[in-house]
Amino acid sequence: MHKLLRQIAKVGIKTEAPPPPDDALRTVRGRLNDEVLRLIGRALAIRHVDAGSCNGCELEIHALNNPYYNIEGLGIRFVASPRHADMLLVTGPVSRNMEAALLRTYDAVPEPKLVLAIGDCGCTGGIFGEGYASRGRVANVIPVDVAVPGCPPAPAAVMQGILTAVQRARR
Amino acid sequence: MLASLPGIPLKPLAGAVPAWRAELDAQAWRAAAASAATAGARLGALWSSDERDRGGGFRVYALLVCYEGLACLELKMPAHQASFPDLSDIFPCAGRMQRAAYDLVGTRAINGAGQPADPRGWLRHTAWPEDVFPLRRDVARDASWTSGEDRYAFVTVDGDGVHEIPVGPVHAGTIEPGHFRFSVVGERVLRLEERLGYKHKGVEKRFEQMKLDEAIRMAGRISGDSSVGYAWAYAMALESMAGARPSERALLLRALLLERERIANHLGDLGYLGNDGGLAFGLAQFSRLKENVLRLNAKLFGHRFQMDCVVPGGVCVDLEPAGIASLHDEAVQLELEIQRLRAIYDDHAGLQDRFVACGKLSAETAASLGVVGLAARASGLAIDARVYPACAPYDRLEPRMCTRRHGDVAARVNVRFEELLESLRIERRILDGLPPGAGRVPVPPVEAGALGLGWVEGWRGEIFVALESGAGGSVRRCHPHDPSWQNWPALEHAILGNIVPDFPLINKSFNLSYAGQDL
Repeated sequence: MHKLLRQIAKVGIKTEAPPPPDDALRTVRGRLNDEVLRLIGRALAIRHVDAGSCNGCELEIHALNNPYYNIEGLGIRFVASPRHADMLLVTGPVSRNMEAALLRTYDAVPEPKLVLAIGDCGCTGGIFGEGYASRGRVANVIPVDVAVPGCPPAPAAVMQGILTAVQRARR
Repeated sequence: MLASLPGIPLKPLAGAVPAWRAELDAQAWRAAAASAATAGARLGALWSSDERDRGGGFRVYALLVCYEGLACLELKMPAHQASFPDLSDIFPCAGRMQRAAYDLVGTRAINGAGQPADPRGWLRHTAWPEDVFPLRRDVARDASWTSGEDRYAFVTVDGDGVHEIPVGPVHAGTIEPGHFRFSVVGERVLRLEERLGYKHKGVEKRFEQMKLDEAIRMAGRISGDSSVGYAWAYAMALESMAGARPSERALLLRALLLERERIANHLGDLGYLGNDGGLAFGLAQFSRLKENVLRLNAKLFGHRFQMDCVVPGGVCVDLEPAGIASLHDEAVQLELEIQRLRAIYDDHAGLQDRFVACGKLSAETAASLGVVGLAARASGLAIDARVYPACAPYDRLEPRMCTRRHGDVAARVNVRFEELLESLRIERRILDGLPPGAGRVPVPPVEAGALGLGWVEGWRGEIFVALESGAGGSVRRCHPHDPSWQNWPALEHAILGNIVPDFPLINKSFNLSYAGQDL
């Protein structure tokens, strides 16, 4: 136990300041009013759905929980059920085999809800594009509020997208 | 001729990988696979292609991993009878690959009784009709259909008190999609059946719309956590066909990138394994270490996951003395921290209680299922493409294989710890002996119809890429093969007799790719 405690003390606090919101990432404006967004943003619950990614974006979403980004420290957490979520974080081009599951997950999230498309594939279909097995970008299947490009987008960019969606200024 | 395949007229394939190919008739194809299996060969990959545009009907390829190297056994089928002998009784891992070959190309594996070996689809759910085979050349590149209703015949377990728990495709964490069907009594798992293919997005069809040199970008995105491994395997296949040989410096830099990919993934997994075992401290510590590695990657190579750093003919990154110094410093620091955290994991009774004897995969089961990579090494099988065949530059880096005997979660944790330390050793060795040389050599144009193979030991296991060139420098067919094909079925065995709450831990200890096998 002493080794463990010593390690915690030695490492200290690594958390960095979160990035400011960037309105350019918004795909629609004014869908939810500012007061609603402000309230959701105070304790945001996110459900992630991988709709067909290469799993690169997942690695960066995982990183949001590491001590540097410490997204839970901002009151933002990932939840196990869409029914507990305010926001869907969707990665990948939407594979046709995942289309029904994505739609059902979207329907299971209570209103008011937000959708973030993560990564080049989520934003445009990316390198996989549209085809017999892929529906391409997330917006082809469900409405998207904020789109974060990148292959994959760095954790700070994903965080910026999340904070933009809830119009949350840096504290 | 190879000792593993006596009497088979094999022709050597040029390139970095020791490989041969032979075209056989149906009877000889199956007999060769059976005799190779007796001699200890494994099935590396199996895929089909449509050859009707060349007047050849269809073709199925079985890539065998023999002691001598790779043997690519090819079987031609007439256009009106697209069937081949089932190999799943010889190599159980062939089952899903054969089903995928049917879904995509329409070539059916037929068993001894003259019946389809397993008529259920694997990659085809309902996105395209049953009588359409998207990898056939007469299916338009932009063809699409509306999805139908999905009815998959899971195997049901009957008995007093048996019930089913369906999980997925959307899981309760940041994980890739797949479906798990547990049959349980109380908490104990009687049976697990996986259903994958949710991420199938038509990667192989997409390859056929690309040029040979640009398709490496796609290869690097088959499984994002193994980007370097896939890109290298693809480059190896292309360079083999073109007769190009990257410089010593470029090969060593590729190995450096590959080892860093291994380090980053092992660090991440060790964190999550601690977390799933109830020690959140482990996740905080290891995810910090992983982030440090990724940040240095971004600084030195321009990308956190080193995507697009491996290019045909070499690499498009280089190291200055300052970069070498920072990698050395990182290695020293990382080794110290890993040792310290390993001692904490080892001493933690609660954690070890979760790890030891959990999710056991015996050496016999692992061998019969053809398990590869770190899961195989944790079950006592000596399989590591870096050690054998040790394609350049690994032949000069003398990697040491890290193995354990027990095949439980603890063994897979320990193999990861040891491989981390070994990767750091290899990294230092590369940094100490990096000769001058060109980062990238030109890759000559390739004639249509050439076949090239790539074989790389990624962090999860061996990655193959089989590449065939088309006219004008295009990709005719590309089949990337993920080690997860072999290892997913092993998870169904490792969970048996364990309790449902241990599944996340056992699953994480394998950490298999969905994207890589769904394609």
